[in-house]
Order: sequence, then structure tokens, then C-alpha cells
Amino acid sequence: MPVLWRRLLVFTLSLTPFALLVYRTATQQLGADPAKTIVLFTGEWTIYFLFTTLSVSPLVKLAKWRWLMVHRRMLGLFALFYALCHVAAYLTFILGLDLSRFFSEMVKRPYITAGMPAVLILIALGVTSTKGMMRRLGKNWVKLHRLVYLALALGWVHVLWQVRSSYFEAVIYGLITLTLLGMRIYWFCKRRSAHSKA
Amino acid sequence: MLIKSSSDIKESEITPESVYRDRRRFMGLALGAGALAAAPVAVAKPGFVTDSPVRQGPEWLSRRIAEAKASPDPVADELTPYEHVTSYNNFYEFGYDKSDPAKHSGSLKPHPWSVEIAGHAEKTGSVNLEDLLAKVTLQERVYRLRCVEAWSMVIPWVGFELGELLKQFKPTSRAKYVAFTTLMDKEQMPEQASRFSTIDWPYREGLRMDEAMHPLTILAVGLYGKVLPNQNGAPLRLVVPWKYGFKSIKSIVKIEFTEKEPATSWNVRAPNEYGFYANVNPNVDHPRWSQATERRLPSGLFSPNIIDTQMFNGYGDEVAQLYRGMDLRKQF
Repeated sequence: MPVLWRRLLVFTLSLTPFALLVYRTATQQLGADPAKTIVLFTGEWTIYFLFTTLSVSPLVKLAKWRWLMVHRRMLGLFALFYALCHVAAYLTFILGLDLSRFFSEMVKRPYITAGMPAVLILIALGVTSTKGMMRRLGKNWVKLHRLVYLALALGWVHVLWQVRSSYFEAVIYGLITLTLLGMRIYWFCKRRSAHSKA
Repeated sequence: MLIKSSSDIKESEITPESVYRDRRRFMGLALGAGALAAAPVAVAKPGFVTDSPVRQGPEWLSRRIAEAKASPDPVADELTPYEHVTSYNNFYEFGYDKSDPAKHSGSLKPHPWSVEIAGHAEKTGSVNLEDLLAKVTLQERVYRLRCVEAWSMVIPWVGFELGELLKQFKPTSRAKYVAFTTLMDKEQMPEQASRFSTIDWPYREGLRMDEAMHPLTILAVGLYGKVLPNQNGAPLRLVVPWKYGFKSIKSIVKIEFTEKEPATSWNVRAPNEYGFYANVNPNVDHPRWSQATERRLPSGLFSPNIIDTQMFNGYGDEVAQLYRGMDLRKQF
């Protein structure tokens, strides 16, 4: 399949959850507390897209799916897209755009404090995701974009901190996060020992 | 000559639901007019969705519920629609999403049902639901329900005063508390088998004796004039309107009179977050969120229905004296 078609397919698939959400909102299928449903839904998809984006390089390395590499940026940008929807939905639908409440909530609910820097990181990475920015930042681009690991870890803390009755989601997310980050640490150590031997 | 026995009633002779509802509304209106009240008397509205996931209870129970007296005091709050009351639930025995109980509680078999009465009382033992309800007066009570998660609803329950039932068992002087237990059955309540649950099943709750005997405290068997749906705690659940929702334990199989304060599920799970008393209190925040306001459901998207939370959920006139001399910050 030509790259352009594949891009179109990835784009459409990535936008499907959003389209589904819009449809359910329009047809009033979100239940008694539509605000909370939207905030949860967009938050979950942010995490899913972070998982997907961070699975690209392991899949390229281990399964030799080199064709996947060209789609990584779009997947990452969709993580940012759902994160921005998540924040926007929280501010409009839950807080009613009352910014003074936003600051008191941030203090009151530590999991929001954990989530905020994660979103800021994603914004920074999104802004610097263009080819021009890659060129301009050179080696620093890779260093900067390693912050995505921190964003994922913070996202997981954000979920863990809200656990009330079941650890199921938090445990599953934690296992995936540890696997994805663990692989990086393993490769990093291997590279270093290879360097020191040489 | 054919003599009809009393049990020989044709189906067509039983008052259809629409008629009794109209009659009840009429009576409500008449009462309201009689009292010259501008506000309409709050009886369950007849306009609910008929294809909602309600499961039919036994005929005798439906009839008892239909005969229940309408709520004595009109409540100014607007009722939360039936479909939201029955599709937005915390009943973790059936899953952790608000929509899970409505989807998965079909495995619960609430009829036949019996309740074990135990502890410090003269009469103890197992009572089946029909016998238990035979000696109480069913009435409709419209109550605000404030969840500890900072959302709330207004629900027309059908039930009876818990005190009216408890007195019949003649609790002794050693009975200082009443402990309640939910059904424990992994077949009927699948999440009780989950390894990830933070709750040590079965679910347990408790009240101090004076709280249990308070006339506002009821055991509900129905809502909106219908048999209690499984997801709302069929067939028998507690409703304590001035406390956070988690105190109102569902699908009760055991009531025990105890001398010491009983262990309660959420308090055991996180004692710093959920107290034994769990009285609605806007001045004592949950460690992870504020309790000063609540979102009254259904909440709109662009106009979040945020209202101030009231002390004792607005039932302070009736219940504040129960806690005189207590530091509600410490005994939250």
C-alpha cells in the first residue's frame, strides 16, 4: 500500500473514537453525567495513543516492521489531540470555564497536578514535531522528545491516584508502561556497555 | 350461581398502572390544592420510559409497591429521571463503570429472598422478604442522594422506616449498633471474584442505633412506584438520606445488632478517606477532592449543574441533634 494511503488509513482510524464520541453526544447516549463520560473517554484515548506511539520503535526493532516508522509522528500527534480534548472537556463541561475553580481544584486534587505537566510536555513535543524543528534542534530534538517517557509515567500516576474500587485499569496500564519504558532502559544499558567495550 | 372467590380476580379487573398513576397524580394535585400550596406535590411522575432495564418482581411485591402512600412532604428539588436513576450506579459487585450495574446485574436473583436477623435481639433468625414486608407500612419517600464522589440525584423511593422493622425483633440493651451485609455470591455478583478489587467482600455497612431508628432512615424495595431494579440494590436496600451514598447498602441479606461499632467496607478500605459516620458535610473535604459543591444529575454539557452541598444533605433540622457534642471534623 502506498504511504499516502496508509497515512489516510491511520488518520481515519485514529479519528474514529472522536467521531464516535461526537455521535454519542449528538444522540444523547452519554448517560446522566455526559461531562464525566467525555472527560474519561478522551483521557483513556490519550493513554492508548501514548502506548501506541511508544510501541512503534520496539515493533520496528523486534518485528522489523520498518514501514511503521513513518506513522509515528501522526500517532503521537493524536495522543496530543486527545489530551487537548481531555483538558478542554474538563475545563468547559466540568468546571464551566470557571478558572478560579480550576486553581483550587488543582490544589485539592493532586492527580490533576500530576496530569498537567504531562499535557504541557505533549504540547511541547507536538510543536517541535515538524521536519523544520527536527533540523533546527538537531541532536537536542531526540533529547527533548525523550520527555514522552516522563509524560507516560505521569499519565499513569494520574490514573493510579484516582483508584477507588478497583486496581484493574491502573495495574494493566502500569504493566504496559513498565514494559515500554523497561525496554528503553534495557536498550540504553546495552548500548552503553557496547560502547565501553569498544 | 357462580360465587367468585377473592383470589379469583381476572387480570382485566386489576387496576392498570396508567390508571393508578393518574389517580395518584390526581390525589396529589387535590392534596396540593387543598393545602393551597403553589408547588406541586412531588409524587413520582408517570412519564418514565417503559422499555428501561427494569426487571419485573413478583406480583405480590408489585402490588404492595403500587399501594404505597405518596410522599408526605413535597420536595422542591426536581426528580432525577428514571432512566438515569437506573443506569448510573455504583454497585461494584457488578463492575466499576457507572453503566456496568445496569448491564451486568441480570445475574442477581432477588426473588425469593430472605434476611438473617442476628445479634443482640430477642427475636433472631431468618425471615423471608414477604413476611418481613407483611408487618410494615410501605410509603413513597422522595430523597436527595449525595454520593461521596460529589454528584447527586433526587429519587422517589418506595420503602418503610427501618425503625418500624427493627422494633419487631426487640433489640436488647446491648444493641448499640446495627450492622448490614450484602449478599456474597460470586455467581450472582461476578466482581466479587475479581483479584483487583480493593474491597474485601461482602460489602458491609453499619449505623448507630439512634441513626437506624431515625424516621428518615428507610429500607427501600422500590423506586418510581416500581419494584427496585437489580442495579439499585434489589430486593432490599438501605437509604440514609443525610449520609453519603455508600452508607446505603444494597441487596441486604443480614441485619445484626451489635454492641461495638461494626467494621464497614469503605472505612476498612481507606479510613482516612471514608469515615464510619460519613455524614454529608460540605466543610470536610475528601482528601482527594472538595465536598463543598456537587453536580446534580442529569448535568448538562454546557451548563454543568453545580450546586452547593448542604450540611447533612439538607436534613440538618431533623438529624443534627444526633451528633450534638461531636467533632464532625474528626468523626467524619
